[in-house]
Amino acid sequence: MSVLKREQLPLKTSSDVVAARQRVRQWATDLRFSLVDQTKLVTAASELARNALDHGQGGLMTMEVVNGLAKTGLRLIFEDTGPGIADIEMAMKDGFTTGSGMGLGLGGSKRLVNEFSIESQVGKGTKITVLRWK
Amino acid sequence: MERIPILRMGDFLLITIQVDMHDKLAMQLQDDVTGRIADWASIGVLIDISSLEIVDSFIGRMLANIAAMSRVLGAETVVVGMQPAVAITLVELGMSLPGVRTALNVESGMELLYQSRAALGTGTGNERIEA
Amino acid sequence: MSKVAEIIARNENSIRADWLDNMSNSIQRDDLMSKAELREQTSQLLSSIIQGIKVDESAKLDGSAWNPAKELLQEISASRARQGFTPSETAQFVLSLKQPLFSVMRREISDSDELFHAVTTITALLDRLSLLTSEAYMATREELIARQQQELIELSTPVVKLWEGILALPIIGTLDSARTQVVMESLLQTVVATNSKFAIIDITGVPTVDTLVAQHLLKTITAARLMGAECIISGVRPQIAQTIVHLGIDLTQVITKAKLSDAFALALQRSGRTVVRIAAGGSSTNKGAGLPTPMTAPKEE
Repeated sequence: MSVLKREQLPLKTSSDVVAARQRVRQWATDLRFSLVDQTKLVTAASELARNALDHGQGGLMTMEVVNGLAKTGLRLIFEDTGPGIADIEMAMKDGFTTGSGMGLGLGGSKRLVNEFSIESQVGKGTKITVLRWK
Repeated sequence: MERIPILRMGDFLLITIQVDMHDKLAMQLQDDVTGRIADWASIGVLIDISSLEIVDSFIGRMLANIAAMSRVLGAETVVVGMQPAVAITLVELGMSLPGVRTALNVESGMELLYQSRAALGTGTGNERIEA
Repeated sequence: MSKVAEIIARNENSIRADWLDNMSNSIQRDDLMSKAELREQTSQLLSSIIQGIKVDESAKLDGSAWNPAKELLQEISASRARQGFTPSETAQFVLSLKQPLFSVMRREISDSDELFHAVTTITALLDRLSLLTSEAYMATREELIARQQQELIELSTPVVKLWEGILALPIIGTLDSARTQVVMESLLQTVVATNSKFAIIDITGVPTVDTLVAQHLLKTITAARLMGAECIISGVRPQIAQTIVHLGIDLTQVITKAKLSDAFALALQRSGRTVVRIAAGGSSTNKGAGLPTPMTAPKEE
């Protein structure tokens, strides 16, 4: 896979989360993703950016356009230096019910993308990488 | 700070969300709605999300919260105009927004509210929209 | 740079000549590719491989030094596929570079351990490179098939307007996740466009309903409900009903009907309409029933 284009955005305030959503939308539109795929990608970005802000004490989003074998994709990397996730398996379960606000939305986000990977160390931070192919 | 405007239509509140909301704005809306229901003794809330291209878990919970809090205050909530891509994404995300009534557009949404008002026995119940 | 890489780099020209000369006719395919084009391909490929091997001779092929070679191989795969070469012919084209490389190594290395290392390194490398050509070929074919599948799916799930505000979606064939996506999008977009509060999903033509298919249907129904439309499932055959119960699939939240006509009647009723038989003599009434025009009872399915 080669990276064709790359950009980074800070995730320090809730306006940053909105800006991140809109930037992902812009890139997905430029890459001519279908509307549903765009929506899924932007929604996943919103979930993960918000996580980095609320649970990770702020961080960074990196956007990359990648070229695979005969296909193009948009990769998003969310990094924070927050407390990290102790039990990743638990975090991936669908923990939220509407109203209680529990669960990190990770399990849901995973279903919105084609590839999903997560690295986290307690005390060091978390890095989540997602990718959607066109 | 900017706020989402809440319009009063008789017994009902009409809210049209047209901006990409950041989290504080969404929380502010939740507060404002409950405040207004109390102020105006509203018995119905219509939230038009036809302009929203994204509904993530935060916004979804906001909608569910508004519906739940309004119900406690005696008002029904109807969310209208959800875009197909948004509905598909919400289902994939795992959110089915239980407790939130939905309708295709403002007209059908208002019809639902009129019906529940008639059921409540408040108002004259004569102001029905012909199907 | 390793000794292997240094030897290859130094002997680039003779290796290339050797490679071309010894390419058997079956790989050359004069009928598909001119000599000049073949010379060009071998020359570019060899120099990009040398570029890669100078930095890293392992067969992992990661690292930016190998990108030119990998991209070139992808291009070569794609263009040869278009020209009509089989994937084996393309893979063998790459593999035929082994012999010239072995000859050079034999000439220049006398120590048998070193020679063995050189041969295994070259073997691993060229095996991996030739596999890349096969992978690239398959990826291109898969993309073509996916596109054709998409078109086929779109053609085979039409959304039909039965009446004002009532849609029907007859599904013929299996319902996998790819098709469900298309079906969902198509249905929901039509729901919005026609302002339809009811959608009848007819599964008479769906051969089996297992938990996955049920999940796909439920996703569609949930999405429609989120938008404010109700789905009715019709065409549930007795065997399907048994399967659903045996599998423990929970359809209590879903309205199901055995026949499309029953589903239609229900949708009409739920949308505040009723069907009246026209009295003999042709008089008809529009009042009260709320129908735009008189209608006779629907035929039996």
